[in-house]
Amino acid sequence: MLRLKLQQSSLISRDLLVPIVSVLLALLVGAIFILIVGENPLHAYKVLFLESFGSIRSIATTLQRATPLIFTGLAVAFAFRCGLFNIGAEGQLYVGAMAAAIVGITFTGLPKIIHLPMAIIAGMVAGGLWAAVPGLLKAKLGVHEVINTIMMNFIAFYLTDFLVTGPFHGGRWAPETDRIMPTAVLERLFVPTRLNTGIILAVVAIILVYIILWKTRTGYEIRAVGFNPTAAEYGGISVSKNIVLAMVLSGALASLAGVEQILGVHGRFIQRFSPDLGFMGIAVALLGKNHPVGVFFAAVLFGALRTGAAAMDRLTDVPRELVVIIQALIIMFVAADELTRRLIARRRKA
Amino acid sequence: MWEYITFFFNATILAAALRMATPLIFTSMGGIFSERSGVINIGLEGMMLTGAFMGMMVSHYTGSPWVGLLGALVSGAIMGLIHAVASIQYKANQVVSGTAINIFAVGFTVFMLRTIFNVAGTSPPVPSIGNVSIPIIVDIPVIGQIIGRQNPMVYMALILVVVVHIFLFRTDWGLRLRSVGEHPKAADTVGINVFLTRYMAVIMSGALAGLGGAYLSIAHLSRFGDGMTAGRGFIALAAMIFGKWTPFGALGASLLFGFADAVQMSMQELGIPRHFVQMTPYILTMVALAGFIGRATPPKAIGKPYEKE
Repeated sequence: MLRLKLQQSSLISRDLLVPIVSVLLALLVGAIFILIVGENPLHAYKVLFLESFGSIRSIATTLQRATPLIFTGLAVAFAFRCGLFNIGAEGQLYVGAMAAAIVGITFTGLPKIIHLPMAIIAGMVAGGLWAAVPGLLKAKLGVHEVINTIMMNFIAFYLTDFLVTGPFHGGRWAPETDRIMPTAVLERLFVPTRLNTGIILAVVAIILVYIILWKTRTGYEIRAVGFNPTAAEYGGISVSKNIVLAMVLSGALASLAGVEQILGVHGRFIQRFSPDLGFMGIAVALLGKNHPVGVFFAAVLFGALRTGAAAMDRLTDVPRELVVIIQALIIMFVAADELTRRLIARRRKA
Repeated sequence: MWEYITFFFNATILAAALRMATPLIFTSMGGIFSERSGVINIGLEGMMLTGAFMGMMVSHYTGSPWVGLLGALVSGAIMGLIHAVASIQYKANQVVSGTAINIFAVGFTVFMLRTIFNVAGTSPPVPSIGNVSIPIIVDIPVIGQIIGRQNPMVYMALILVVVVHIFLFRTDWGLRLRSVGEHPKAADTVGINVFLTRYMAVIMSGALAGLGGAYLSIAHLSRFGDGMTAGRGFIALAAMIFGKWTPFGALGASLLFGFADAVQMSMQELGIPRHFVQMTPYILTMVALAGFIGRATPPKAIGKPYEKE
């Protein structure tokens, strides 16, 4: 028992090594870009760090930026655990956001205790159904989910483009809906930052995902399918049922990112509001090793990068897009972990 | 009825469809190279965007859009090389590596645009490739209006399709490339270098996507704009799938999707929201994949890193 535990802990530290080294490598390559601009990388990174963690207010902003990434990260990680690659989080969060906005706008006179959950659930249902399509196509016809989720992203973009410029176009000229009712708002927690009760939902989601995956029969089945579908089927687990279920839950999680952005941050649906939150979810899941706790820390890191980027842009000559480059590099280094491991091994030998 | 037909199928719209199809043709040919060799390439979008940017840059500094085209080709090839190193050498998940390339390209192009030109959004105008007329053909009624006077890159794209077709299905190299994508082990046994073949294919893929991007910045327009590829890399991917991973199939799909792009404004005039027209390429691709219009089956070894025994 003790030996097992020890093995586990050394496994965890080895698991942590690749993500940490990947982040450091990405920052190192990012430093080259800072040098191109003619700035001191240490200075730029200092500004970045101070602005994202330096005060209570900046920490709140970092958490606010991390909130949607926790949802999309969980979404991608959840699907991964079933052996599915959900690149459709972006589309799922758009339809979820739109559904939440529509409920938030159209129902009036409801008490908050009914209206807010209604809007959230509407978003989750929309996102879940959206993800069910590639899930069903995979389960019933064996079509790989990657292409279908990509295709459905674009269908979601154009569908919400249509809704926000057509039937649900608000009173103002801009491509956005009217404001949602106050009864559907996720309350602000730390004014003047836009941190809202969505972060509480995110933490609850982390715990629930952990419980579902590791403490329930359903989660066991989902992981079994992800581990080895043939063996799972042989053991009496329905692969197709679990594929659809995992996609639906993944889509519902992704949609919460959109729901939080609409009900907690923007207060209305804005055309193409998402700064690639869904795609960043892939990075967050990967960096967090597809574990809910890992997803949390990865999302906070990415939230911090986004928060610090604005200040770095303002206070130095380094454009904020540096952090987009860094995020891409992190994904690359984590994905090519054989490279990262080799670099670590070489370091150890030296 | 006739009115409706001429409303959509007139020389102006068909010529526009051909123009819209051109970047898709280049990029989908690139996609065919990569995927036929067994490497998924969803990084086409990012490779295109990089090509669009570098094409603009090189054209700006050399004053020659043709040299710009070369710059786009090389920069796309470098992006392809990165994808190859990550996914072939270090066996990174090919979808993740492609996603990283897409995100990198967005960050890189905006970062460089702001650093070099100190502008956000759009680059200054740069020299671009102008249209040419083909003698005789340009004088033929209707056909002349459609293909008689176009950008040289439009003709290059059409020729490319034939070249890729011959390469893939009529040469030993093409046979090797396809065998690596279908049965890498068997290919290895008969002495084909699986790694080298895949490397070449993915680099080629990036180079062609780079040209597709450059068409937007230094042929169709004469400037670079943030995110100017606007998902065309993914439409090209869809065209490749819809065309069942064959050059002529992808050409047909590109023309169809280009046509959808060209008619969306006219559709709007008829009261059909253009957003629904814009959706059609993606819906058609899903339908094709599901097997409702002749099943689209990907190469067998796609997505699997090759492990030499």
